[in-house]
Amino acid sequence: MQLDDVLHTFIAEARELLEQMEESLLRIEQSPDDPDLIAAIFRAAHTIKGSAGLFGLDRMVSFTHVAESVLDKVRNRELRIESELAALFLGVCDHLGVLIDHVAENREPDADTHKAGEGLVSKLSVHLGQLPQADAKTHAPVEHTASVEHAASAEVGGADTDNWHISLRFDRGMLRLGMDPLAFIRYLTTFGEIRHIVTLTEAAPSLPDLNPEECYLGFEISYHTEADKATIEGAFEFVRNDATIRILPPHSKISEYLRLIEGMPEEELRLGEILVRCGTLTQAELDDTLRRQAAGGEAPKPIGEVLVEEHIVLPRVVEAALDKQKQVREHKAAENSLIRVNAEKLDEHINLVGELIITSASTALFAQRANMPDLTEAAARLSRLVEEVRDSALTLRMVQIGATFNKFQRVVRDVSAEIGKDIHLEISGAETELDKTVVEKIGDPLTHLVRNSMDHGIEPAEVRLAHGKPIHGTIRLNAYHDSGSIVIEVADDGGGLNKERILKKAIERELVKPDQPLSDQEIHNLIFEAGFSTAEQVNNLSGRGVGMDVVRRNITALRGSMEIDSAEGVGTTMRIRLPLTLAIIDGFLVGVGGSSFVIPLEMVVECVELTAEQTRAAHGRNHLDLRGEVLPFIRLKDLFEIPEPPLPVIDPEDDGFMAGISALPGSAQNSVILTAEGAAALAADPDLAFILHPVKRENVVVVQYAGHRAGLVVENLMGEYQTVIRPLGQVFNGLQGIAGFTILGNGLVTLILDVPGLVKRIARNEDRLNAKTAYLLTA
Amino acid sequence: MTKKAVSHCIAIAGDFTIVNAAAVREQLLAAVDSTEDIEVDLSDVTEIDSAGLQLMIAAKRHVADKKKSLRFIGHSAAVLDALDLIDLAAHFGDPVLLHSRA
Repeated sequence: MQLDDVLHTFIAEARELLEQMEESLLRIEQSPDDPDLIAAIFRAAHTIKGSAGLFGLDRMVSFTHVAESVLDKVRNRELRIESELAALFLGVCDHLGVLIDHVAENREPDADTHKAGEGLVSKLSVHLGQLPQADAKTHAPVEHTASVEHAASAEVGGADTDNWHISLRFDRGMLRLGMDPLAFIRYLTTFGEIRHIVTLTEAAPSLPDLNPEECYLGFEISYHTEADKATIEGAFEFVRNDATIRILPPHSKISEYLRLIEGMPEEELRLGEILVRCGTLTQAELDDTLRRQAAGGEAPKPIGEVLVEEHIVLPRVVEAALDKQKQVREHKAAENSLIRVNAEKLDEHINLVGELIITSASTALFAQRANMPDLTEAAARLSRLVEEVRDSALTLRMVQIGATFNKFQRVVRDVSAEIGKDIHLEISGAETELDKTVVEKIGDPLTHLVRNSMDHGIEPAEVRLAHGKPIHGTIRLNAYHDSGSIVIEVADDGGGLNKERILKKAIERELVKPDQPLSDQEIHNLIFEAGFSTAEQVNNLSGRGVGMDVVRRNITALRGSMEIDSAEGVGTTMRIRLPLTLAIIDGFLVGVGGSSFVIPLEMVVECVELTAEQTRAAHGRNHLDLRGEVLPFIRLKDLFEIPEPPLPVIDPEDDGFMAGISALPGSAQNSVILTAEGAAALAADPDLAFILHPVKRENVVVVQYAGHRAGLVVENLMGEYQTVIRPLGQVFNGLQGIAGFTILGNGLVTLILDVPGLVKRIARNEDRLNAKTAYLLTA
Repeated sequence: MTKKAVSHCIAIAGDFTIVNAAAVREQLLAAVDSTEDIEVDLSDVTEIDSAGLQLMIAAKRHVADKKKSLRFIGHSAAVLDALDLIDLAAHFGDPVLLHSRA
């Protein structure tokens, strides 16, 4: 069997439904009587069963059917979902997930799966068995439950047959409505087998009295199927109002057949015989039935029997039909508002938008050169539109992180049960959006971090009590946007990282030298080293093959970074920082020497002029006093060893030059924010133009990443520039400080700066310097 | 003997459904009035529905009342299929073997 598109849709939908079901189950533990949640769980199970039936996935249908029967009782307030039942249904979810995986992989479930399924079914059946009258309503067409129910119903006088019994009496006007009873019977044969059929022709008059356009036929059918009652009822959906339809499940009580016999217009004995002929009843059973009938209803009536009385059965049929219609409608509505698109098509679309951006940039450039106002204006409009197209194209790929977060409800629940700690999960920022590919890849690292926090972070209850903390631990998942990145935090209110222990271990493993000065941050980061694990940290939970080093590698592969905040006794926060988008950025174009670079605009905080005064004040160290704060900076010219352009250059360290600059009134000392426009304005002013012209000026672009600020010293600020990141080839893999390249409108290639890398580098230098100073001072 | 034909043969071709049920009924009534022994050839019936089957049942009942005889012959595949579906073949008592067309 080839997997076709429809089956794929089914699999995708079923998985979604299972997710919803799981989510509802986790929430229902808090509010067990919420009718919406109960309805949601029931609907998920019901829809999965229905769709599975369409694909002939009998095992899934029969399994789900049992679960649905129990849920039906929950819905009818006969059962309450307590934690035990919720756990059982979570198991059901898992099992269904396994079954769906099997379908997706197109292979038969193995013996273990069967065993697991049967185990769950028998547990579910216990809940079904609690209230005996449920037997009459819910007859699962499953072998294992059938035996249970059979045993139960035999006590109250069930018939021996495995077959359903269907009685059909059509209204006279049926044929005129274009309905052919034969068609319905034929339809029945598509999902079951008609064991016996008796056509009732008595109602048909002789030829002269016959109205050829009226229907006189009736049928008694003994029918064998794995499908459930709703499916059989569904077969007659169109004639519900134009026919009398009675469907008796296998092993129905004798009294129900009696009721059937009484309810039909035919002579009782005749119908009784028909039932025998159909094989639905044995002669003995019929005799018993008729005897009971003769006894005039003295036989005790079980509650289930009452339900079958016509005025109760019919509303049920109607309800089932209405339910189905509503589902169809809901389904339609959902289909209308969502379109499933192949991710590849989306990627292609975004690539094209990328090309469009480059082309529009070059159009703008040429328009400017051509010096035609109309063309310039048109190009500006084009750029703006392209920008909008880009934004909307990118949002197509954006999904909320909430769904990923919610999965952890289950993880936390299971793990806390496993390790015997009472741990709550708090989720915030669930509506934060990020790229779909990132979401897909973040799941595993997050799982590891959460499990890690639960296992190592949160202390045992006694320790918590001793420290005056609430007895239940809390794991917090949080997400937010921060200067062009998305930040995902996994926080716990546990014991925090033990610096001494980490350091000791690191020295043991020769990861650091004993006398090496390290900042707190550096010590914390040691846990990301490959093979790093303190003895206390090894147990079954960590044995998942994903160490912290692997977590970090996964994050780095997404162009992201990780950091740890930890305070002993208070808790640990693991912070993952990921780029919001993977392909297109707003860039800020700067020039150094003869080269130009693009800095991601989202990370640019401000631009400041670097005066010679400040350079001198730094005493050769790369620091700047930015409104009273220390700002470390790095000269791109030095970093990339860019040669001086062949221009007459005045050495900025030259004393005479320095004197000239410091003589300038005001502006230079006051950290002027200098934009490209500002520079242009300066150039236009004859009094000030000399500042720009003969002297090579330096500007500091202040960038921020992960809470660290740093300055990048450049010469020219050329303004905002929309650009597509293109990855560098393998050859440039080792290149530091460069994230990729892009093509400018004029066809020149420009490198994109790796701001996170640069900021980290600057910050690391700072930390090391500080630690060293502190070390030297204390020593 | 009267001048009435002893045997009268009616052939129903194409549809034998609600669409032409009224016409077929007239045809059958006329045949039963005029003839003692009627054969209805079903070999060219391409489609039959409940209305057609009912007519067959009613016709049989009618001739029984009139003490005449009516046989359905040459059941086409469509007729056989329908009779088989609702297990009515025995009801008519006519041989329903599919005749070889050779």
